[in-house]
Amino acid sequence: MPVFGTLSYSKQKTIIIVSFLLIPLLLLATFTYFPAIKLVYYSFTNWDGYSPEKPWVGLDNYREVFGNPDIFKVFTHNFAYFAMGIVQNIVAIYFAVVLNSRLRGKNAFRMLLFLPYIMNGVAVAFMFGYVFDTTNGSLNVFLNSIGLTGLGQTSWLGTEGLVNYSLASTGFWRFMGYNMVIYIASLQAIPRDMYEAATIDGAGPLQTLWRITLPNMKPVIQLNLFLTVTGALEVFDLPFVLTKGGPAGASQTYVQRVVETAFAFNNYGLASAMSIILLFFVVFVLLLQQFVLSRGGNN
Amino acid sequence: MGTFKFGVKDVIKYFTLLIGVFVVLFPPYVVIVNAFKSTDEFNRSSSLALPDSFLNFDNFVTVFQRGGLVSGFANVLIIIIITLTLNILFGTMVAYVLGRFSFKLKPLVFGAYLVATVIPSITTQVATFGIIKNLGLYNTLGAPIVLYIGADVIQIILYLQFIRNIPVDLDENAMVEGASLFKIYRSIIFPLLTPATATLVILKTISIYNDMYIPYLYMPKQSLGVVTTVLMRFQGVNTADWNLICAAILLILLPTVVLYFFLQRYIFEGVASGAVK
Repeated sequence: MPVFGTLSYSKQKTIIIVSFLLIPLLLLATFTYFPAIKLVYYSFTNWDGYSPEKPWVGLDNYREVFGNPDIFKVFTHNFAYFAMGIVQNIVAIYFAVVLNSRLRGKNAFRMLLFLPYIMNGVAVAFMFGYVFDTTNGSLNVFLNSIGLTGLGQTSWLGTEGLVNYSLASTGFWRFMGYNMVIYIASLQAIPRDMYEAATIDGAGPLQTLWRITLPNMKPVIQLNLFLTVTGALEVFDLPFVLTKGGPAGASQTYVQRVVETAFAFNNYGLASAMSIILLFFVVFVLLLQQFVLSRGGNN
Repeated sequence: MGTFKFGVKDVIKYFTLLIGVFVVLFPPYVVIVNAFKSTDEFNRSSSLALPDSFLNFDNFVTVFQRGGLVSGFANVLIIIIITLTLNILFGTMVAYVLGRFSFKLKPLVFGAYLVATVIPSITTQVATFGIIKNLGLYNTLGAPIVLYIGADVIQIILYLQFIRNIPVDLDENAMVEGASLFKIYRSIIFPLLTPATATLVILKTISIYNDMYIPYLYMPKQSLGVVTTVLMRFQGVNTADWNLICAAILLILLPTVVLYFFLQRYIFEGVASGAVK
């Protein structure tokens, strides 16, 4: 670019800033901020998704979300994912500590335990559909073959109190290795000499775990826990693919409910209000995380 | 006594690791063995039993004939290539401007990207839907492409972290030699950001390949299926034929698993650097 190169650096700078930011900022505005603003506007209307007029209804949609126990109850289905996520993090920390110790074949174990994370989510969902099937499902066949015939008749996806935990355990299966790899990275960042000093001072393995390993992992544990919370709030594809929210809506998650309200029942206003409330929860959790993390850093 | 204690601990470690590996491999094992069974064989054998032959590829042939899987792979590949090219281009450009220059509106631009990271795009789809329709992108490959580029800002954050580690001296030396600012971007910044680009390519390829929500919402047209939506349709039509579904699952799992075996080191690094800031 001979012409551009002959300009002064301050002119070049202006041209670069404007031309390099123009399209990316336009995309950011169009597909992140504009939808967010429109969402707020729709949430105060009872728009049906296609009519030109969007009648203003004030806070009615928000009253409906908080007032209708049917809608808010859906969050209790998301709770199973949160509970399983906590267990998932504990197991991930355990395997990370084990794989960070001196052990033969640890690379192979790490590779295998992480494997589910890179698998296609929809394929995994159907895979578990087969595993959980009541009559032919391999889980029940396996349970029967090891003598647990009492458990081997279970309808894993057809029992109301159980279905969310069955689905959440699929999430556990898929994401435990992901958490584990993050925990391993944080363990490797702990300086070796801290452990050496502790050994010289006569600390046992449990003491080193409690006094050195876990405190050093604290920020990463917090990060993973917050990811667990936001992940649990945003669950969609697993129940959508596997159970379609059944039996009788028992496994419907909040995002599924939003999608259904908007695209199946054409109630965009209500769906927008539901989205704003979810957005509010997620942002609240993330801000809480920032607050907790920065406080942890200062101490 | 010391060696004895060490031994017990090792037994516990290996025992729990083997349980973990068993749990991880059990579902894929079931899918693999059943994908090679004929319908007749599938009906009479246990779902845990090995197939008569691992050379029976009939199910895979049937999946390819019925499933639209070829166009599913083709569509997702086109989406991945275009998205990644533009992501890398825009990501490095924004990182160059924000990482190297100071200007009046910089805090605002910077803040806009930071705030965007906390807005989960899954919550705004109700409004995004109308925008995509108005732009005429509904039921085109353009819909997922613009959404993956415009609504996901993780690449900007990743590049900004990396550009801080590229010494400013390099830019200044090039300026002394009379290089234009564009040349500095093209011949210094862009090549030196390659490690970040590699991470981005791997993580984004996996996440786009695995995404169901956006293709399902924006590309319901039959011919625009990607692997996830093709699999959903295939399952809907062949609900009872689990041996066929197993074959389809296997075909869709294969590409990322193969990629993983070759690139695992980079994937681990990418996951770790994405989370541990």
